[in-house]
This record gives sequence, structure tokens and C-alpha cells, in this order.
Amino acid sequence: MTLVARPYDLPISPQDLRSPGRLGMMLLIATEASFFVYLLFSYFYLASMARGSWPPDGNPALRLSLPNTIILIVSSGTMWWAEAGIKRGQQGRLRLGLLVTLLLGLLFLALQGLEYSHQKFTPATHAYGSLFFTITGFHGAHVAAGLLMNIFVQARAWAGHFTATRHLALSNVALYWHFVDIVWIIVFLSLYISPRLG
Amino acid sequence: MAITTTPTAPVERLARTWETAPGLYGILATVDHKKIGKRYIVTALVFFLAGGIEAAFMRTQLIHSNLHLLDAEEYNQIFTMHGVTMLFLFASPILSGFSNYLWPLMIGARDMAFPRVNALSYWTFLLAGIFIYTSFLIGQAPDGGWFAYVPMTERTYSPGLNIDFYALGLIFITISTTVGAVNFVVTFFKMRAPGMSLNRVPIIMWGTLSASVAIIFALPALSAACVMLYFDRRFGMHFFDPAEGGHPLLWQHLFWMFGHPWVYIIVLPAIGLASDMIPTFARRPLAGYTFVALSTITTAILGFGVWVHHMFATGLPMLATTFFSAASMMIAIPSGVSIFAWIATIWHGRPVFRTPFLFLIGFIVLFVIGGVSGVMTAAVPFDWQLTDNYFVVAHLHYVLIGINVFPVFAALYYWLPKMTGRMLSERYGRWVFWLMFIGANLAFFPMHISGMLGMPRRIYTYQSGLGWDTINLITSIGAYVFALGVLLFLLDFFRSLVVGPEAGDNPWDAPTLEWSVSSPPPPYNFAVIPTVRSRHPLWEDRLGEAHHTLLGTGPVLDRGRETFGTSALDSDAYEILQMPEDSIWPVMLAAMMTVTFYGLLFGVWWLAILGLVLVILSLAGWCWPTPLREEELDLLPEEG
Amino acid sequence: MTAMPSGSPAMFGTAGRAAHEIAVLGWVLSFIALAVLLVVSLILLAALFRRRAARAAQPDSVVIRPNRSVRLIVWGGIVIPAIILVGALLFTLFVQSAVATPPATPVATIRIVGHRWWWQVIYTSNSPDQQVVTANEIHVPVGQPVRLELVSADVVHSFWVPKLAGKTDVVPGQQNTMWMEADKPGTYWGQCAEYCGLQHAHMDLLVVAESPADFRRWLDQQRQPPQPPTDPVTAAGERIFSRSACAACHTVGGTPAMGQLGPDLTHLASRRTIAAGTLPNTPGNLAGWIANAQGIKPGNDMPTMMLPPGDLQALVAWLETLK
Repeated sequence: MTLVARPYDLPISPQDLRSPGRLGMMLLIATEASFFVYLLFSYFYLASMARGSWPPDGNPALRLSLPNTIILIVSSGTMWWAEAGIKRGQQGRLRLGLLVTLLLGLLFLALQGLEYSHQKFTPATHAYGSLFFTITGFHGAHVAAGLLMNIFVQARAWAGHFTATRHLALSNVALYWHFVDIVWIIVFLSLYISPRLG
Repeated sequence: MAITTTPTAPVERLARTWETAPGLYGILATVDHKKIGKRYIVTALVFFLAGGIEAAFMRTQLIHSNLHLLDAEEYNQIFTMHGVTMLFLFASPILSGFSNYLWPLMIGARDMAFPRVNALSYWTFLLAGIFIYTSFLIGQAPDGGWFAYVPMTERTYSPGLNIDFYALGLIFITISTTVGAVNFVVTFFKMRAPGMSLNRVPIIMWGTLSASVAIIFALPALSAACVMLYFDRRFGMHFFDPAEGGHPLLWQHLFWMFGHPWVYIIVLPAIGLASDMIPTFARRPLAGYTFVALSTITTAILGFGVWVHHMFATGLPMLATTFFSAASMMIAIPSGVSIFAWIATIWHGRPVFRTPFLFLIGFIVLFVIGGVSGVMTAAVPFDWQLTDNYFVVAHLHYVLIGINVFPVFAALYYWLPKMTGRMLSERYGRWVFWLMFIGANLAFFPMHISGMLGMPRRIYTYQSGLGWDTINLITSIGAYVFALGVLLFLLDFFRSLVVGPEAGDNPWDAPTLEWSVSSPPPPYNFAVIPTVRSRHPLWEDRLGEAHHTLLGTGPVLDRGRETFGTSALDSDAYEILQMPEDSIWPVMLAAMMTVTFYGLLFGVWWLAILGLVLVILSLAGWCWPTPLREEELDLLPEEG
Repeated sequence: MTAMPSGSPAMFGTAGRAAHEIAVLGWVLSFIALAVLLVVSLILLAALFRRRAARAAQPDSVVIRPNRSVRLIVWGGIVIPAIILVGALLFTLFVQSAVATPPATPVATIRIVGHRWWWQVIYTSNSPDQQVVTANEIHVPVGQPVRLELVSADVVHSFWVPKLAGKTDVVPGQQNTMWMEADKPGTYWGQCAEYCGLQHAHMDLLVVAESPADFRRWLDQQRQPPQPPTDPVTAAGERIFSRSACAACHTVGGTPAMGQLGPDLTHLASRRTIAAGTLPNTPGNLAGWIANAQGIKPGNDMPTMMLPPGDLQALVAWLETLK
């Protein structure tokens, strides 16, 4: 077989939302979301089998968790704002947005740590405690992962890697961050709100 | 920006660009899907042998009543590791190996979507398997059965490290499986050659795609369960402890929500392999291509709705068991569709009885036996007799050996020549087939009977006078016959590497794209990217097709490691993808994960944290973009 | 070691109402399964070997054009399997509801506690002195259903007497119930059917089905405390039992021994097997068990008792009086 080359004219790794990396991040989010689905299934399963009251030590307090929820939602807003900025080529807005998101995320973790220290039960007290700390703990781990990704893309932003048309890594990190936020909302509704609904 | 290239394709430059670096660095850093695929296959076969040795021990212990070749603890470790090895370290990885090797060659691409992730999925598989097997070195291999029911596997009843190896080892393996699955899904939708629309992809792609989507949604259930088990054992949590609000059935639900999709995950790609081989030996395209593709997808989806059939005897309400019984029976229908598609292909075709085809015929027969025994167990009240005894052992081995091992052996005879350039022996191949087919039936058919005679599973010995002795003798003999067949295969394989006849590009006169390149293929797979016009490019002229796939004419994509990114449905090329060079990060990341897991295993927390820090640093190193080469810099679009 | 006092635990040749219904379902499904296997195999053979000479005459390079016929696939793969499966499902549902409830009110409620690796059997009663506690052997009246309450003392087990009924798991944290009725007198083999650890293979039990009159007699006998020992040897045996570690784990009515960790031995000598069906209950086996429990069933909770031979003989002699 004689080989005959043909000319072609296509963009090279445009790193836009049609690129493989974007689909890869979406699938990663799908599998992580499934993980939380199974954790929450466990929560509701054991709640349905509970013989005494559930939660056994009364409903978890909203004092810290509700402000924390708002903090995380705001941080999704700042992340969105950062991404919208780089889409217009505004490097300053990107860096500021990422920094504020990082700080809000750290605040979330700090408040969660405070809530942990005030809890009357530990993971070893009872199954509810095991579930509470495991579910919120894994969510916190995902927040921490998101913050590490944030630091990473901030470094890349400072190195000038991102332009108005090439910033897929940033978009993927933003998507992950919104995912983490949505997971928190669902966890919050399940653990903190649903016991109050009678 | 129009680009023209020289009229003749510069294959030397392509070869240099795509070749793996020499020496140890190349071995550790390669991202070539062909090398990774071959490693997967070899490693999985090594684990197959390990699982086979474990089975040989088991069958020898059970060849007669009241034997004491193995004591209870030894037997319990061996039967557990047999299950874990075969199900996690052989059945899925071998199929990943074939898919990894074949997919880019079948779709006219130069590599998978994420070559470094591909390498990572292999290294984590290898290291996770080694991690689990190091448990034997301290005599504390997992001994709770492959499904490790609580509370028996909690610390109270399993104080040693056995179950910690299990829980952590499985979490480790899920990392490999999951990233591999993501790679397959993205490759399926983004990397097919121009013109390879969805209705033109080989069935192996549908099979592996369905399995990969299932992996993405099912494996987290196992991770969640193992995390909870580890936390209960290590930190005194109470997920499964009824005294403190937990429940043992939570483990069973989570495990089987993973476990049932898993058994489809380990057969659907094999069904794909078989569907791509049968047409070659029936000398005609697959009948009912759409039926078969749809049935793999349907099976994967329905597989999420039947898990409770593993729990029919646990005291669940009748409404629940009835629903799952119905679903478990209905899931037989897509399988039946595929079976009749294969039979129709053969019926309307012209059978050529070469060794791979013998294994495929065996596959169909064993599939039917396994399928009908599965329907029997789907009937709830009858399952109350059949579950947890040797009938189920018979069923699961028929489906696993029938729908995984036999297609795998067919695929080995069929595609090893492509990988090595040498044919295996037809004469020995027939011996291998008959020994394995007769051995499998001799070993496992009688188990239906011993189960119906009341023999429970997972017992290290049994009393005389219960009527089980003769059947166990026959079973053990069958197992040895099967093992003999496997050994003969190995001998023939090594022999063929030295003196096997040369395969040539297309020894089977098969229709798909991988047979258009040399055996073994060049590192760049295709000198020019094909433009596909049918399901069977190499048969188009003989089938009188109006349009012909372009094989020798096409884009070269030789300015670095390049391949096309194409649209999901019709596979129109819309971008050129720059693929990564060899990279040390995947093996580094896998090694650092291993450190973390050993830290968690032994409770050496500083080691676990150190490992985690190194994992994070490895990920950062991986994700930091490498500087572009000169020629690539020139080609970046102008910023507007 | 003499032969086990029961026949094969096969799930056919059944002797209980629930098992009968299930066996019928089993035969029907087996027949369907074999028929499907036969038919599909024949079609496959036909596909492989039809028009053999004509097809073999064609050269290998010929590729046959597809004929677009999907009849075989639609009928063989969808329509006929769907009909068979729906039929099987309906019959299954019918049998499932037929065995869901006992044919009459159960005449006794028996609480079965699964332990690693033996079965505690408690005939419950409203008055405590009517309660019977035994181990590894259940007596039932022929032709009358009994209700079983299944609970676990430790891990998941599964209660299975194939000739009488399907199995039901014994799950910690919940109580499962099932009913059982034997319709023929006999001794039926049962075993644990969920892997529960080291000696899962030696966690068997017997169900003895006897006439209602014999059942009542047995129950009354079990309610009596044992006769005090009448000769010096057995008296010595009782003393040895009460004084040594035996009493820490075992209960014998009418003696100070009130241990709760092991099986109740009050009527040990009336049982056909010991060590959860591991050995027939003979004086020789009993002595061997006491002297070397760890050798016979390694890892079980009964320690190997180091007794001087004279003491062992006396102990066994006394235990043999516990009918």
C-alpha cells in the first residue's frame, strides 16, 4: 500500500469545552458524586432502621452549618466570577477571584473544625456519629482537594498560562468547585434539615 | 492556516516520535497503549495462575470427606484469595488489557485519550495486587470470603490484619479500575477516526463502554463500604454494629450494589470481544449488530437494578424480593438476544473451525448453562434452597469461565499473533480447548448436583455419609483437567514466541482496522489516519460496499505526537490533539499511593500522611504543563 | 466414628410442606433450564453443521453478504425467552406466596440463636418453667407447623434444613422468622449456610420429626431436671463438672452450673450428635471431645480440658445420665 498524505487544517489542542480533558473531569465528578450518593444512602438506610430517636443526640445545630453553607455558595459565586473574568482576558479578576474563593474555602473548613470540636459525640460513639463525621469529613476532604487545585491554578495564573481562549484547567477546577458546593448543599439538606422535617 | 505536507508519509519521523525511550526509564515511563495493554494481559494472566493454584489447593482438600491437607484457617484464606484474585486481579484487568491494546488500533487512533492515566491504571493495578498478596508473607491473607460479610470481618471476630489488607487493597484497586474506565469513555467519544460513526464501531467498544460507565457509578459503592469497614476496624466506628445503630445488612446492600454491576463489568467487554471474533470465523458481518450493541448497554443499566437477589434469604419484605426477582429474570433477555445474534451469524455464515472459534462455541454453550442456572436462582423461594450452596458456585463459575475466560482464551489465540507477530499452534490449540472445555464441565456441572444434595459453600471439609464424596471427586478431577489445558496453553505460547509461524498483517482475513497494520504494529499505529466508511473496512470490496474506507490516504499528523479529536456521534474531526510524551509521573504516583496504603494498613500514621503529601506533589508535577517543543510553538494559533 | 444419624440433606425427596412446594418449582425450573439448553445447543449445532459440504466447498476468502434477517434473533432472543420468563416468574410468585405463611397456626415457637459455631434452641413459653433450652437438635411434631425465631449472638449465620424448608439468614440486630412443618417422621440434617468463620463447616444440626404424642413426651422430658446421680462414679462426675471450668460455660439444670457461653447440657445424653453435628453422641466421642476439643474443631470456644483419665471417665459417665 502506498501511503499518500493529505493536507488538513484544524486547531491544535484548543483546550476548549469540547476537549477530552473536560469530559474527563465530568466523569471524575460523576464517580465522586456516586460516592456521596452511597454515603447518603447509608445515612438514610440506618435512619430508617433506627429504633430510638434519630439523630440520637438531637438535631445537628444550624449555628455554624448554615453560615457555612452560605459561605460555600458565595465561594462558588466568586469562582464563577473569576472564570467569567478570564473569559474576557482579565487576569487580575481571575487571580483575585481565585484568591477570595480560596479564603472562603479555608473559612469553611475552619468553621467546620470548630463545629467538630463542639460536637457532643465522636465517630466512635454510635452509628450516627460515624456517619456524620464520615460524610462531612469526606466532603471536607473534597473541599481541601478543591483548595489544593485552586492553589495550583493560581500558580499557573500567576505564571501567565491562561488566556481568554485557553484556560481549560481553570474551567475544570471551577466545575469541580461547583460540584463540591452542590454536594455540600445536599449533605446539608440531608443531615441538618431533613431531621427537622418530622 | 492551511498546512501541506510532503507527498510521501514520513514514517521514520513518526516512528521516532512515538517510540518509547530505551532502557529502564522507558520501561517505567512508557505511555504507549500497546505496551500497557500487553502488561495488563501478562500481569492478569499471572494472577490467573495464582488464583488457579489456590483453586487446585481447594479442590485437593475437598477431593474427599474429612481431609486435612489444609486446616480451616488456611482453607479460608485460600478460598478468599481465590475469589479476590480471580474477580479483581484477573477478570477485569485482562479485559482492560485487551481493550487498551485494541481500541486505538480498531478506531484508527494513535493512542487512548489519556495515555498517562492509562499508565497509572496499570501501575496501580500491579501495586494493588502486590499489596494484597504481601498479606501471604505474614500469613494473614484476607479470610472473610470475597464478599467479607460483617460482623465477622469486624475487629471483634477478625483481629488480625487480614481484613485490613482486604479493605485497603480493594480501595486501591478501585482507583485503577475507575481511572481506566474514565479513559475508555472519553476515548470512545473523542478519539475515533474520521467517519467511524457510532454504528460502525466494533462491539468490543460498546462492551467496554457499557462496562466503563457501570464502573463509574458502581465502584464507589465498594469504596464506601470498604472505607466504612476500615473505619469500624481502625477507629471503632459503628456503621455495621447493631448495638450502636448500625446494621450488618448495610454492608450487604453496599457491597452488592457494587457487586452485581461488577459481574456484568467483567463479562460485557468479553462479550464484545466475542462479537468481534465470531464474524471472522463465520465469514460474514455480525448479524443484529444494533441488537448486540443495545443489549450490552441494556444489561449494564439493568445490572444496577438486581443487587438484592444476593440477599433473598436475609429476611427482606416480600414486595422487595418480588421486584428484584422479576428484574433478575428479565435481565436474561438481552443476553438471549446476543446469543441468538451470534447463532444467526453462524447460521447464515460459513464456519471456519480454527482454535479461537472453538473457544467461541464453548463460550456460547457455557453462557447458556450459566444463564439458565441464573434464572433458576432468580426464583426467590427456590433461591432459598440454592443460595449459599454449591449450586451457586456452579452458576458463577459457568458465567465467569463461560463469558469471561473462554472469550479471553479465544482472544489470546486471535490477537496474540497481532501483538507478537507469531501464530500459536492450531494442533495444540485444539488440545487446550478440549481440555479446558471438558475440564470446566467436569468440574462445575456436578456442582449443580452437590448443591442440590445440600452441600453448602465455603466449607473446608465435609462429613462422609452425606452423598457428596463422589461428586467432589469428579469435580476435582475436572479442575485438574482444566488446569492441564491452561498449562498447555502457556507452553504453546512460549514455544510460539520462538518457533511460531509468522502471522503477517491479517492471518485470519478479518475485517477490522487493527488487521490493516503490521504484526506487531508500529509504535504510531497508523502512518496516515484512516477515514472510515463501514463497520468492516477490510471486507468492503468483497461485500460490494459502495463507499470504501481510506487506508493509505489520509492526514499524517506528524508534528509531534498527534491524533484527531472527533465528534461524538458521526466522528467528524474537529481538532488535533497533542498527546503526552513518556512520563515518570504515573509510576511515581502509584508508588506514593502504595506508601500511603501501607501506612494505613499498619496504622503508621506519619507514613500515611507522608504518602498522601507525596501523592499530592506527584499530582502537581503531573498536571504542571511541560514546555512545548519548538515545532509545536510555531503552530499555536495567534491570540486574537 | 460411626455414621451420621440422618440421610443426605438433599433438597429433593423432601419431607416438609415448604420444601415440597419449593421442590416442585425447582423441578419445573430445572426442566425449563435443561430444555432451553437442549434447544439452543441443537440450534447452535445446526448453525455450525448445516449445509456442511456446500459451505466447505467455498474458498476461505469468500465473505458472505448480510441478509438483514432478524427473525432468529427476535424470536429466539426476545419473544420466546420473554414468554418463558414471564411464565416462570408467575409460577415463582405463586409458590412464594404459598410458602409465605404456615398452613395452620404454629403449635410451638422455637427461638434459634446462632452462635459461632453451634445452634442454641429455646422452646419458648409464657411460664419460665415450661421453657426448654437445648442445642443443635430440634424436635418437631409431624404434620404440625412450628414457628422459628432466628437471632444471632455474634455474626451472620444461615439456618438451613433442606428437606424441610428453604434457608433463612440469622442476622445480628434483627429477628427473622420462618415456619417449618415436617410431614414424615424422620431425622433431617441441617447446617449453617452462611460463612461465619473458622468452623463454619462444622455447624450442623438435626431436626427430629416425630408423632405429636412422641413430641409432647420429648418436650415434657426436656422440661424435667435430670435425676440426681445414684452411684459414686456419676456423683464424682457431677462434682468434677460443677467444680471445674465446665460450669463457667455450661448450664445443667438442678446443679450449680449456670454458664451461658456454651450449649445447655441438661439433656445432653438425649441428643444424637455433639459439637453441632460434628460427631455422633457416643461415650467414646464425648470423652474424645472433652479431652481434645481443639483437635477436633480447632478454634472453637471449647478449650481442651486436661483431666486425669479417672476424672474423665467419671465425668462422661455422669454426662451419659443426662437424658
